[in-house]
Amino acid sequence: MDEFMAARLQMGVSLGFHIIFACIGMVMPWFMFVAEWKWLKTKNEVYLDLAKAWAKGVAIFFAVGAVSGTVLSFELGMLWPTFMEHAGPIFGMPFSWEGTAFFVEAIALGLWLYGWNRLNDKVHLYTGMVVGIAGVLSGIFVISANAWMNAPSGFDWVNGQAENIDPVAAMFNKAWFAQSHHMIIAAFSATGFAVAGIHAILYLKNKLEIHAKAIAISLAFASVAALLQPLSGDHAAKTVAELQPAKLAAFESHFETGKGASLIIGGIPDVENREVNYAIKIPGFLSFLAHGDFNAEVKGLEEFPEDEWPPVPITHYSFQLMVAIGMFLAALGIIFLLGSWKWKHWLEKRWWLTLLFIATPLGFIAIQAGWIVTEVGRQPWIIYGIMKTKDSLTPMPGIQYTFYTVSVVYLLLSFIVIWLMSRQIKMLQSKYQSND
Amino acid sequence: MTETIIIILGICLLLYVLLGGADFGGGILELISRGKASGIVARAIAPVWEANHVWLILVVVILFVGFPTVYSTVLTALHIPVLLVLLGIIMRGSAFTFRHYDIEEERPKAIYSSIFRYSSLITTFFLGVTIGGIILGEISQDYSKGFFTIYMHPWLNLFSFSMGVFLVILFAFLANIYTIGETREEEHIKRFTRIGKYLLIALVGSGALVFATAEIEGHPLFYEFYHSIPSMICFILATIALPFLWIYLNQNRRTRVRIIAAFQTSMIVIGWFAIQFPVLVKINDGTDITMQSAAAPKQVQLQLLIALIVGVLIIFPYMGYLYKTFKFDNKTS
Repeated sequence: MDEFMAARLQMGVSLGFHIIFACIGMVMPWFMFVAEWKWLKTKNEVYLDLAKAWAKGVAIFFAVGAVSGTVLSFELGMLWPTFMEHAGPIFGMPFSWEGTAFFVEAIALGLWLYGWNRLNDKVHLYTGMVVGIAGVLSGIFVISANAWMNAPSGFDWVNGQAENIDPVAAMFNKAWFAQSHHMIIAAFSATGFAVAGIHAILYLKNKLEIHAKAIAISLAFASVAALLQPLSGDHAAKTVAELQPAKLAAFESHFETGKGASLIIGGIPDVENREVNYAIKIPGFLSFLAHGDFNAEVKGLEEFPEDEWPPVPITHYSFQLMVAIGMFLAALGIIFLLGSWKWKHWLEKRWWLTLLFIATPLGFIAIQAGWIVTEVGRQPWIIYGIMKTKDSLTPMPGIQYTFYTVSVVYLLLSFIVIWLMSRQIKMLQSKYQSND
Repeated sequence: MTETIIIILGICLLLYVLLGGADFGGGILELISRGKASGIVARAIAPVWEANHVWLILVVVILFVGFPTVYSTVLTALHIPVLLVLLGIIMRGSAFTFRHYDIEEERPKAIYSSIFRYSSLITTFFLGVTIGGIILGEISQDYSKGFFTIYMHPWLNLFSFSMGVFLVILFAFLANIYTIGETREEEHIKRFTRIGKYLLIALVGSGALVFATAEIEGHPLFYEFYHSIPSMICFILATIALPFLWIYLNQNRRTRVRIIAAFQTSMIVIGWFAIQFPVLVKINDGTDITMQSAAAPKQVQLQLLIALIVGVLIIFPYMGYLYKTFKFDNKTS
């Protein structure tokens, strides 16, 4: 493996790992807030148990998310020093605001986790709300920095140097809004379905009220998010079509420029012959989705020099996977919302609980696929149209070894976290069984 | 404006040493006391450790936004020790949380504990090595030289390693002082007073080692202290604090010990800032990276300063409330 590939993989592994923990740490406080609020309103102790059971998981996820995030703030400079030297002052502003937001989040979480007996009920409840809001704001700031890499703005690039830097314009670049809503909604959908799925399988085994309440709270968030996600995704795709036509073309393996372009579903891209085999093609739909007009012209990859193409197959497969999962989760959301309205005892329906269980990892798989789409789809650029990724690589040799080390550590940590969660769940189950 | 940002950077670094340092030291202290301290350390650290570590993130952000060449130069030349610090941060943070939240069971707890302890030690040591590398001035920007000269020599030397040892003892000492304040049991107070005294002696010894190895590596650290009035004042004040620390440790005046230990540490850190100023990173060919040469354009600095000031106005009241709730309030949970 060459240095460059190792560095890209290390960045990918580190980001992919962090994103899961960051999403859970950002979304779960909202679920805990609702559970605590229900407890204060109904005085039903099950809600309190639920909030506390979730809190233990959240503390673990949050801590791992925080340390892996710290690592990322260094890794950017250790792997891509040239990029950070130029980009730091331009896209650093959202990071400096993120510092504050994350600080508030960490402080409020500390108060919430350890303050059950020290804060009064109302203060404790709203501390949970502060965690949730600060978490979402942190998320938006970081995404806005990433969006700048896709839609660089707020500077003039003169002879390889940035001039007239305007950090505010850089932060509110053209991609920040689309990427932010798409990712925040994704986090709510993925975390909601994951939580619902785990409680669904537990409920199948053991019909406890706590699981029923957990499913209700998490699905309420997840189903609304899953229904909003196709709209959000549509806006995100239109933004990509406008700002990064080569990336959009790679999503769809759209090689030739043309009017009334077909939407390609699935298929195996053949880059050499510039075609896609075994795909379903819906005429005119790509034009419609990208530009809102069935006859609009969609730029194909042929418009760009081949050395500026993103790796087409990976981008294509990831995009297809993300969209497919998004559609499936949206369907589950519709079933849930209709079901809550039509059926009374539908938590007794095995097929539904099984379906929820199957959906447990799907949201997170879609998030990973989505980040591959964003990041690999931007290649060969690290700052789109300005700086190539390979030109910003650290001069230090031996990145393969740091890549292996970081990967092993994160892989091990992933196994431990899964093991810890299963132990927590077993403990919860046995606690309720001894109570019965 | 650049000066103001540098001062805020200094404050963040100082708070990281005082608060995050005590947290690293907690693990080292557990190691020294063979686990006797683990209950107290865990209780003291758990609610605040994550917030304490955000200071480091702020330091990093200020560097790459405000002084990008410092960030890229340090992370290139000192890639290896920084990587070791990062691996340590991952392991100790995770192990600490796992120990706290996993179900009660002997074996896993013992494993988490030893990972937490040893990785606290390693992390602190390499943090010291990294700082040593920044101070010493062996960083080379001539990439035609070999791997050893560019990526190893700046930190693989006696001075940097002495800095590592010094930081380990300093952090353990801070943690020890805070720990005494967290317990009311006579047996623990005795034990930690004794450990505190040993650590204080070791602190003086390793401090001397830092100056001695600086001379060996050809870096006139003592001369620099002597020729800067603010550093000299800090140096004298830190030295004057020593007998007071010893006396108050003996008398078990826990609040005074805490304040003086924090004061002494601050003097060490501020003294270091004063001899560095305005150089941020020393380079071996003498083209040092200074505050002025590394500073980002004015409009970037302005935005950074606004974000930092607003941030501080939001963070400090919250931080105060967190500490008030958990540290100065002796209601048992």
